[in-house]
Amino acid sequence: MERQKQKEERASGLDTPVERRTFLDAVLGFGIVSSAAAILYPVWRFLIPPASGEPATASAVAARLAEVQPNTGILFRFGSTPGLLVRDPNGELRAFSAVCTHLDCTVQYAADTSQIWCACHNGFYDLAGNVVSGPPPRPLEQFAVDVRGEPGEEEVVVSRV
Amino acid sequence: MMQERVLDWLDERLDLSSLRHFIAEKKVPIHAHEIWYYLGGLTLFLFAIQVASGILLILYYRPSAEEAYESVQFIVSEVQFGWLIRNVHSWSANLLIAVAFAHFFSVFLLKSYRRPRELTWVTGMLLLFLMLGFGFSGYLLPWNELAFFATKVGTGMAGAVPIIGDGLMRVLRGGDDVTGATLSRFYGLHIAILPALTTLLVAGHLLLVQRQGMSVPLEIERRARAGKRIPDMPFFPNYVLRDVLAWYVAIALLAALAAFYPWELGRKADAFAPVPPGIRPEWYFLATFHTLKMLPAYILGIEGEQIGVLGMGAAAAFLVFVPFLDRRVSRGEPSPLFTLIALFGLAYLVVFTIVGHYAE
Repeated sequence: MERQKQKEERASGLDTPVERRTFLDAVLGFGIVSSAAAILYPVWRFLIPPASGEPATASAVAARLAEVQPNTGILFRFGSTPGLLVRDPNGELRAFSAVCTHLDCTVQYAADTSQIWCACHNGFYDLAGNVVSGPPPRPLEQFAVDVRGEPGEEEVVVSRV
Repeated sequence: MMQERVLDWLDERLDLSSLRHFIAEKKVPIHAHEIWYYLGGLTLFLFAIQVASGILLILYYRPSAEEAYESVQFIVSEVQFGWLIRNVHSWSANLLIAVAFAHFFSVFLLKSYRRPRELTWVTGMLLLFLMLGFGFSGYLLPWNELAFFATKVGTGMAGAVPIIGDGLMRVLRGGDDVTGATLSRFYGLHIAILPALTTLLVAGHLLLVQRQGMSVPLEIERRARAGKRIPDMPFFPNYVLRDVLAWYVAIALLAALAAFYPWELGRKADAFAPVPPGIRPEWYFLATFHTLKMLPAYILGIEGEQIGVLGMGAAAAFLVFVPFLDRRVSRGEPSPLFTLIALFGLAYLVVFTIVGHYAE
């Protein structure tokens, strides 16, 4: 009589007793999953490299003016990345980030065409930093150029615009 | 179910039936000394923690005299949870050595090395030496003052080995002195050579344990032979769950130690600074260190240090060959002499470690 009643209750879905085994398995599974999470979380955070701590460079001395001949370009350090200082055939100075916008190769000045050239995938930029041909998607970042110092001793100072 | 389908798929290709049969049939004997069975698994678990935390440390560590110390400093101060990973690696190394020694002495005293388990013992002994090698080589890697001078002393001991000593010391140091070259060498040893050897030996050790089953103490084995049944327990899942419980205890202990007792980094090594007072190796080398300190300069006209180093080599060789020397226990008779040797060794290590710790 009593058993029949229990059966009916189970069949109706009301008050379904949880089996002891199911309950214990669930507790065990929950324990294992949460310990795995507690271990993997610090590991995940550890894998993320911390910020380098170097402040973004605002300006740098690229070269002495006398070192830069017309129709040449030289690379200089701009913080932790390379910069390119170009003196065009007319003697005018321009500076860019030397990091190609395609895949981060370092660009160089091509004197024969008076253009900026990336050797990795043959990308060309004009002397305003705009893409002329090749795969680069964006123009090069251009920097402001100032010439400071006593005549004959001038330094070329490059700064972020 | 998805899980079953994946297993079936694998089974069709790999035929896992024998493995499944093996796991289902594997039993662990239950008796008064069964508690010692946990130590082997616990050692392996701590070794796994060492591998995992070590791999993580490689991501930021730089093995050069100029950068090693700074990179460890960077790990513990800049990298997120870097302090945790480094402290876990240092503490787990120490727990691992302690548990491995406990495993060694329990197997020694229970005479589990007796026929047919001689090879299990030999691989285990070699693994214990490898663990000490891990400890010795890893100690230098942060390139701090204590480690630098301890490594000088430690590699200098190798120089006391007769005839080949000088060559051995040069090979260990990668030159005449402890320099950045030593650091590169120890790094290679610590993360490539020793792990490779350990992997092979652990595989052999485990294979032997699985093939032969758990050893039962002599007296209980005798009772079984007399017809009394030894109670046992299925390995999976019953015993595995107990093993996991032991691992949880280890994790909890490690986490507490790493959080509340951070491992000191000390000062950067400087070859031209005077040796700081109280220079001493890791605790598990203290007994050896103190023994060498106590030996007189000359014994019977031979340098005391040479005698000490030779004695330790002889002791190590003796330990490796214990199963072949203890003939009585292999015949199934008690061997009180070897019990005495084990107890003497244990007492010697404990006393000399404590004395070495408090000695000036």
